[in-house]
Amino acid sequence: MNNQLFSGTGSLSRFILRRDRIRIPIWILSFVFATVATAVAFIGLYENAQERQAIAATMENPAMMAMVGPGYGLANYTSGAMMAHQMLLMTAVVVGLMSVLLVIRHTRTDEEDGRIEMVRSLPVGRLSNVAATLLVLFLVNTVLAVLTGISLYALNIESMELEGSLLYGAALGATGMIFASLTAVCAQLSHNARSAMGLSIGILLLAYIVRAIGDVGSEAVAWLSPLGWIVRSEVYVNNIWWPVLLTVGAAIIFGALAMYLNSIRDLGAGFLPARAGKVHASPLLLSPIGLAFRLQRTGFIAWAISMYVLGASYGSVMGDMESFFADVDLMQDLLVPMEGFSLVEQFVPTLMAVMTIIATIPVLMAILKMRGEEKNDRIEHILGRAVSRNRLLGSYLLISLIASFVMISLAGLGLGTVADAVMEEGFDVAMAYQAALAYLPAVWVMVGLTVLLIGWLPKLTGFIWLYLSFSFFVIYLGSLFQLPEWVEKITPFGYVSAIPLEEFDWLQATMLTAVAILLIVVGFVGYNRRDIGS
Amino acid sequence: MTILKTAGLTKKFGDFAALDGVDIEVGKGEVYGFIGPNGSGKSTTIRVLLGILKATEGHATIFGKDVWKDAVEIHKRVAYVPGDVNLWPNLTGGEVIDLFIKLRGGNNTSRREELIRRFDLDPSKKCRTYSKGNRQKVALVAALSSDADLYILDEPTSGLDPLMERVFQECVREAKAEGKSILLSSHILSEVEQLCDKVAIIRQGKIIETGTLKELRHLTGTMLLVETKEPMPGLAEVKGVRGIVQKDGALSFQVDQEELDHVVRYVSGFGIIRMESAPPTLEELFMRHYEGTGTGGVS
Ligand SMILES: Nc1ncnc2c1ncn2[C@@H]1O[C@H](COP(=O)(O)OP(=O)(O)OP(=O)(O)O)[C@@H](O)[C@H]1O
Ligand SMILES: [Mg+2]
Repeated sequence: MNNQLFSGTGSLSRFILRRDRIRIPIWILSFVFATVATAVAFIGLYENAQERQAIAATMENPAMMAMVGPGYGLANYTSGAMMAHQMLLMTAVVVGLMSVLLVIRHTRTDEEDGRIEMVRSLPVGRLSNVAATLLVLFLVNTVLAVLTGISLYALNIESMELEGSLLYGAALGATGMIFASLTAVCAQLSHNARSAMGLSIGILLLAYIVRAIGDVGSEAVAWLSPLGWIVRSEVYVNNIWWPVLLTVGAAIIFGALAMYLNSIRDLGAGFLPARAGKVHASPLLLSPIGLAFRLQRTGFIAWAISMYVLGASYGSVMGDMESFFADVDLMQDLLVPMEGFSLVEQFVPTLMAVMTIIATIPVLMAILKMRGEEKNDRIEHILGRAVSRNRLLGSYLLISLIASFVMISLAGLGLGTVADAVMEEGFDVAMAYQAALAYLPAVWVMVGLTVLLIGWLPKLTGFIWLYLSFSFFVIYLGSLFQLPEWVEKITPFGYVSAIPLEEFDWLQATMLTAVAILLIVVGFVGYNRRDIGS
Repeated sequence: MTILKTAGLTKKFGDFAALDGVDIEVGKGEVYGFIGPNGSGKSTTIRVLLGILKATEGHATIFGKDVWKDAVEIHKRVAYVPGDVNLWPNLTGGEVIDLFIKLRGGNNTSRREELIRRFDLDPSKKCRTYSKGNRQKVALVAALSSDADLYILDEPTSGLDPLMERVFQECVREAKAEGKSILLSSHILSEVEQLCDKVAIIRQGKIIETGTLKELRHLTGTMLLVETKEPMPGLAEVKGVRGIVQKDGALSFQVDQEELDHVVRYVSGFGIIRMESAPPTLEELFMRHYEGTGTGGVS
């Protein structure tokens, strides 16, 4: 290895591991635990082959393919096949998210805060930091792969043999690696940590959407997405290894690309064009809320477009679903349509739940931006002038609430309008929109909880992401099989009326809103009492 | 007239007392220097004064109003420059200045242009590309172009070059001439010496000395440099003599004001060849307080 470029990579890797000695084990153990827990849950819920076979029949429908990937091994739907088919993709996406967060943290964030500059002044190579970050991420994902594989095998479930279990783990690890490398590339392209993170998460979502479109429509499209590769490893059925190896290979290539880009750019610079600046501020910028919006404008717009695209891609699936149901007599018997609802409509609540939880991400980011500003010591510029704490927090809150409305509306309308366009029978757009809006109070509770954390426990605001992930997990699993009633009630999303199957429950929605308001008020009280910048 | 006053200001971070009974008082039209070593509590005091941190004990008022309860009202008449100026990387300097001026509630654009020119700042650049000094200029232009009654400046010149430092000093003098009050924290003693009417020295969260420069000098006495025909072996024992240093065959030492008369008599007995006297610089005053006790804070 070239000394000039890579010297000190080893010590930097150890340093990264030391800085994250709590964070990394928590991530890894969460994945192992969640995987083992779901495997056990699957066994408990479907005791015999007949029950599993009944579920297998529903898996060929386009909505399921869009959500979990193409069906395979459905003729003999063993517990293993079921587990891999229904859980692998979603878990892999979250592993990808872990990689994105860790890589940005150790590349662009460190660079923005000036820490890389200090490291670079020491006798370390130009590429050592990127190399060390990727090395650590590859290591983390390898450990994750091996631990998950061994844990699944150790459950001693008949259809989960050693090779399949290891492949399951390897597929997760490979996804983590490729998104680590892709994020490292994004970190070179953008000028700052925030936009690098936005770009990386955008790519992750895009990979999911492209795969969904491909899985439902054309196989060739699915091959454009790394997530399309790993679901084709057909874990526990055919155990195909080469898609996983392909993913690792691509990860190495993108890792090399990231290092190349790093070597040809200046510290602190990026490749995406930066426009020439203005001498005077536009009047729209000149208020706390104007500033708060301006700081997140690009991300806001990108998320808004993504939400519409996500809704639209689910909507496009509706058309396929319609013809699918028409073809298969079996389905007609199996899924007894509810009185007055088409089969297609029955999938609406599940899709809405998944979409609104994703739409909650930009909503929470909007309010959490305030914590970022505080950590960077920029809040004192604002509070040091004639701006009250209520006005400041209120500005971010308002943006967050507007975001909740915009994001959810776009997702609902995206689904509705596209479904209406592709379906022969047409689709009730207003119904889709109502179904989406029904989730607003639940999102507000998440916002309220965040305000509460900002007011009282500013150091623990990251907890909200854990809770959102948990909500996603619960709602997603709840849509796959019958969970006990109380489980869904641990998250606000469990209190939402499943339109169109249920009537809109005004009382429930009012209660959720009241809880949200209460949390917000208490959060404001705390924010007015505490020190800034701690 | 008192503009700013603190009484027994105490701030604890957990068990650690960053401020321990700070009393300062800034009058109208006064430039008040606030000096102390790293980690002594200067920035913490200022953050309490701005209502960003909440005092654990004690009381602080600006314009007679409580700094915590009436923060917004107070801030309409206060301009602040933080010690570390962190700006938004994707806004330009010009945008940030406009924002700051607007958030204070004024819009004095003529001052803005004049100060941008005097500080030689390019407002069309993104803050990401600014050097430390340029970020500080952005904060200074925003603060100085606002028509405030009290300026709170936390080490405002730590990143400026000597030329810009002079511009800054001119601006402070102009503000003072207009009857504005200024609280200026600093490490740079010559700056405090040149600008300030009053000085407070803080160490480990405690104010250890306050007063006008004259009063503090009185405390430390006069510096003498003496060359004599015969050596003065007993000088160190003479009352009121401190800090003897050998300098090119001469002796330099400090004399307490009240002992000056008999020290000069004693010295003249040895045949004076050369004798120079000077008031002590703030530096010497400052060093005296930290003699043998290391620096201030924990950090
Ligand atoms: N949020 C905090 N939590 C714990 N300790 C703190 C906090 N903020 C400041 N301190 C401590 O309080 C002390 C005073 O810090 P302060 O920033 O006021 O010093 P300073 O006089 O401004 O120093 P400098 O000249 O380096 O700017 C330091 O020991 C610092 O470590
Ligand atoms: Mg300081």
